[in-house]
Amino acid sequence: MSDRDRKPDAPTSEVDAARRAFLRKIGAASTLTLAPGVVLYTMEGTEAQAKKPGEPLDPKKRWGIVIDTTKCTSGCEVCVEACKKENGWEAKPGSRTDVQWIRKVDVKDPKTGFAMSLPVMCQHCANPPCVDVCPTGASMKRADGIVRVNMHICIGCRYCMMACPYKARSFVHEDIPEERKRFHAPMGKGCVTSCDMCAHRVDVGRIPACVEACDKGAMIFGDLNDPTSEIAQYVAKFPTQQIRADLGTDPGVRYARLP
Amino acid sequence: MKHVHYSELEGRVGYYVTLGILGALIAMGLLAAYYMEHHGHVVTGMTNEIVWGMPHVFAVFLIIAASGILNVASIGSVFNKTAYKPLGRLSSVLAVAVLAGGLTILVLDLGRPDRLIIAMTHYNFKSIFAWNIYLYNGFFAVVLIYLYTQMSRMWYVQRYKKAAGTLAFLWRLILTTGTGSIFGWLVARQAYDLAVYAPMFIALSFSFGMAIFLLVMISIYKAVERPLGTGLVNRMGRLLGVFVAAAAYFVAIAHLTNLYAAEHWGVERFLLFGGNVYTFLFWVGFVLIGTVLPLFLVFSRSARTSMKPVVIASLAVIVGGFSLVYFIIIGGQAYPLVLFPGKEVSSSFHEGVINPYSPSFPEIMLGIGGVALALAITVFATKVLRLLPNSLADADVDPHLASKGEVVELKKAA
Repeated sequence: MSDRDRKPDAPTSEVDAARRAFLRKIGAASTLTLAPGVVLYTMEGTEAQAKKPGEPLDPKKRWGIVIDTTKCTSGCEVCVEACKKENGWEAKPGSRTDVQWIRKVDVKDPKTGFAMSLPVMCQHCANPPCVDVCPTGASMKRADGIVRVNMHICIGCRYCMMACPYKARSFVHEDIPEERKRFHAPMGKGCVTSCDMCAHRVDVGRIPACVEACDKGAMIFGDLNDPTSEIAQYVAKFPTQQIRADLGTDPGVRYARLP
Repeated sequence: MKHVHYSELEGRVGYYVTLGILGALIAMGLLAAYYMEHHGHVVTGMTNEIVWGMPHVFAVFLIIAASGILNVASIGSVFNKTAYKPLGRLSSVLAVAVLAGGLTILVLDLGRPDRLIIAMTHYNFKSIFAWNIYLYNGFFAVVLIYLYTQMSRMWYVQRYKKAAGTLAFLWRLILTTGTGSIFGWLVARQAYDLAVYAPMFIALSFSFGMAIFLLVMISIYKAVERPLGTGLVNRMGRLLGVFVAAAAYFVAIAHLTNLYAAEHWGVERFLLFGGNVYTFLFWVGFVLIGTVLPLFLVFSRSARTSMKPVVIASLAVIVGGFSLVYFIIIGGQAYPLVLFPGKEVSSSFHEGVINPYSPSFPEIMLGIGGVALALAITVFATKVLRLLPNSLADADVDPHLASKGEVVELKKAA
């Protein structure tokens, strides 16, 4: 199978499959050691069960993230830093050409003075405009709701960036230095890139790096379609909103209280 | 109508000098594209906010104009206007050439132009971009068939001229609808998301196309000293005036629609009354130079006896049109995305601020290279094919024009 035909989540070879299995074990071990609190819901079996190599994605799942903005503080960039480290991007202050997968947005109501801070990343819409407009199908939605770019067939037309209402996508304007290259998050010069909800982690039963890193407990990751999952129970119990819900894109990222 | 005789372009030195200059410009455009692809788009003025820059302005302008240029042929063979019939061949070739120039810019501005084959083999049929790939390729095929029916000496091919012309006319309407919808269907952006973009782009194509055709036709006929009637130019100039007025009408509707909705006041205030480069391009570029001036010129008394007013009007339409396309594409992106309506926002990703843009030299060169390519194809085609009537004197193209007594022939036929 050529690289172009390969599904982004499919292993390329037995070596690749073995590597994934190894990474999965390492991941599980390190998660148990470093973040036992998080393990409570990763190991419950409802949020992110490891997918066997080659096993198709489960269309019954809808991965999502809920962000409790009341716990999110202005100036805290832990989730952003974790994403940078995990996925190998870096944004120089003031640069308009550097890649950004996630950023903290400070929002203020000028009429009331109410201010808050919240992270914004790809919203993983159920009806993603970026997927609609992509001429080649590089911009894609996985069966489990994760929206990402197939780097093998992105031609760099940037129409998805024009179409995304959330400013979630970046264009790779220049070569990525070797030390920042990640096998699981390829970013090629001339292609578009964005948050993929750490699909490489989710597929091996882990949670996205930003969620794992948030030490305020402001982020919950899980399967929105599984009524027993923590995230589904949270959204059933508390009011949550989607950014620009009026556009009908139905994002998988929800916020508990928006300004 | 007298029988029209067509012949290839005369001259050697002028032809090669023209082709040499255009070739140099094309080479500079290719060099610019190579530079941009080698270093990445970081060397351009484009950013994560202004994702489509100067190359898109050139490309979209040329693509809009290409379909409009074909109108000249359609007016002759589909709408049976005698005076336009001899112009059909040049109109068809120029339309194809201008589209080729525009698409070349578009392709070379891709992040991965080397993956063009993917764009031709992987289709997402929900994407208007993917539709356009079919529409553009189809345009080449349909117009070339149309050209063949016009140029063939075989009666059984000629009889399909009207059918081919009608198909080409319908195709170009759909094509420009597709180009307009690239912007009209973008729900995310305050400046776009308007159904009127499709008919607006069609009206703009009528005026851009007519202006470009007039300039090319007059330049070639002056250069090779073939007769060209002032009556014909005046008539086409007045039609240009009608197209200019129609385009202005649709642009007005687009902005009035936005001005009526409170949610769009911000973007309209920024674009139309912000005192910035976009405000200037709209009011001075499009309204004053691109609309008022040509309307005044083409309907002036002096346009009846001289070609100058029509030439200046055509130049003004091109300047105004280019200003408007820049205003639409760059201005529409300069205004920030609204994630939280009515709120003040700030972030490391430049949220809530007007996005700056200054086109870089390579971007401009790539655009000029595309224009040069379109002209080079046209000049080459007129040299090798019988596209140009020996005489476009009023008496030769339409006796009705000559009988009006408004005719000033530039040169007698050789």
